[in-house]
Amino acid sequence: MKLEGKKAIWKDYQKEIADDKYFYVRSCVRQNFFPGSETAFLKILRDELKKDVYEHPCHTTCTGIGYHGDVVPFDTAMTVVARQFALMTESGYENLVPSCITSFGLYTEILETWHHFPETENKIREYLKKATGREFKIPKNLAHASDVIFKFRKEIAAKAKHKLINKNTGESLKVVEHIGCHYSKMFPSKGVGGAEYPYVLTGMIEEWGGEIIDYPERRHCCGFGFRQYLVQANRGYSIACSKKKFDSMEPYKPDMIITNCPGCPMFLDRWQYTIKEMEGKTYGQNGEGIPVFTYEEVAGLVLGYDPWDLGLQMHQTDCEPVLDKMGVGYDKSKKRELIINNE
Amino acid sequence: MGKLYDKLVEDVRFVEGIKACFNCGTCTAICAASEFYNYDPRNIADIVQTKDDEKIEKLLKSDTIWYCGECMSCKTRCPRGNAPGLIIMALRALSQELGYFIESEKGRQQLAVKRTVGDWILKYGYCLYLEGIGTSLHPEQGPVWDWIQDNWSGVFNRLGANYKGDGPGILRKIPEESLEEIRKIFEVTGGKKRFDKIEEMSKIKAKEMNLDLKESGIDNDYCMHVYKTNNGKHNRE
Repeated sequence: MKLEGKKAIWKDYQKEIADDKYFYVRSCVRQNFFPGSETAFLKILRDELKKDVYEHPCHTTCTGIGYHGDVVPFDTAMTVVARQFALMTESGYENLVPSCITSFGLYTEILETWHHFPETENKIREYLKKATGREFKIPKNLAHASDVIFKFRKEIAAKAKHKLINKNTGESLKVVEHIGCHYSKMFPSKGVGGAEYPYVLTGMIEEWGGEIIDYPERRHCCGFGFRQYLVQANRGYSIACSKKKFDSMEPYKPDMIITNCPGCPMFLDRWQYTIKEMEGKTYGQNGEGIPVFTYEEVAGLVLGYDPWDLGLQMHQTDCEPVLDKMGVGYDKSKKRELIINNE
Repeated sequence: MGKLYDKLVEDVRFVEGIKACFNCGTCTAICAASEFYNYDPRNIADIVQTKDDEKIEKLLKSDTIWYCGECMSCKTRCPRGNAPGLIIMALRALSQELGYFIESEKGRQQLAVKRTVGDWILKYGYCLYLEGIGTSLHPEQGPVWDWIQDNWSGVFNRLGANYKGDGPGILRKIPEESLEEIRKIFEVTGGKKRFDKIEEMSKIKAKEMNLDLKESGIDNDYCMHVYKTNNGKHNRE
């Protein structure tokens, strides 16, 4: 079969994704804003797909936000990441899976730097040895958590309880996919589909019954910009970027947005709330916002998980319009349910 | 001439970030920051290529180098494989090393980044540790964030976290021995040196501006000043 056009380009950018025995490292942003997504990732991998995923209790931040906030020097970030590699090596794993896109981008940048500047790798090995006594092997395979879900998208579809289809009309839901900038803009060959046509989320959405919206500002940044959000005086940059995207996608009437980056779903969710508060403007149907999801949340809904187990109650823009369209049942009275440990 | 340029060349990111820029402007066209700020990454590449110390020093003391959001869209599109975003990262590192960052409004914000993200890394082992960080500083987080803040442990336990617990899991307590390793890494690799420099220079600036700066935290006049001040002159007309 002859491959043409975009398909031929995607063919050039396929990446190898390990199929088992993962060393998982968590995301600082997601642990604070989307804990249910990391819980769902492990549940899907371990319980549904019977994969071996190990999490070391001593792993830490990679310092990525500090690195891109420019308070953490490159040598420091590289050595902290080298420590994560050491924990992986000591645990007998070779396939590293970061939950975070900033981490994935930083790990990729470091491995590329060491490839082109071997003396830098040697320097970092010495730093790590001096600071911690540890040594490490370079991961055999580095894949972002969304790569792993992409790899098993067909297996997830085979177990689907719900599809990305409006149960009332039978039509596919219209989905905006937003890829974190550091997934493949820096090193296109390290992402599924490269930087121009990243396929990692599109592949999931198509497999689970949704229809992709291709809109002009599809590849524009969500506006995190690290210091541009972290410092209050700079947040105009952040909301302006998100607004540019909302204005661009609005005419296509998206039912939902799916993201693969820790920060993007939070910004696309919260800035919709802010724009509504500031200007009374909403971008969804019937005066509502456009619900924003992580890929694990969507995979969980497809697999029939309870929306409140997935953490959809932590979103500011309500997700119920999409749940209703998909026919996902939920108990409204349990949305604010808490579990209190009496210790 | 060329001393500051020589310092920049010591940074592998600078070496990778600029090879031979022919000033086509593609980076500026794709740049998210250029749309918002009065900012032109092409001009940054142009200035550093002059190797002129006077011009580079002016850049290091300016607001200009702090406008980039490090999204790295420029890296994807540059026909020569340059990355103005990487040049910016090298310039920001040098600006802090030399203490020049306190000379601009945007540069001074580094203290706020250090005292939040930087200090959280060393104290908790996370870049973000948001319990207690409420909507007064982050109004955009909305009513849902108030509910989460009011019920922090209950929400996180509900979602399978191991909040402040031993062993693996979401928002687990990072063991003290691991935090000690991270602190040692910061000492050995220059991370602590940069933190100390940010603090030292900020103290000088706070005194000069007659603003109170406490030893830690952001709840003081100088930190709040750098965190909130925007002179309104940074944007495109």
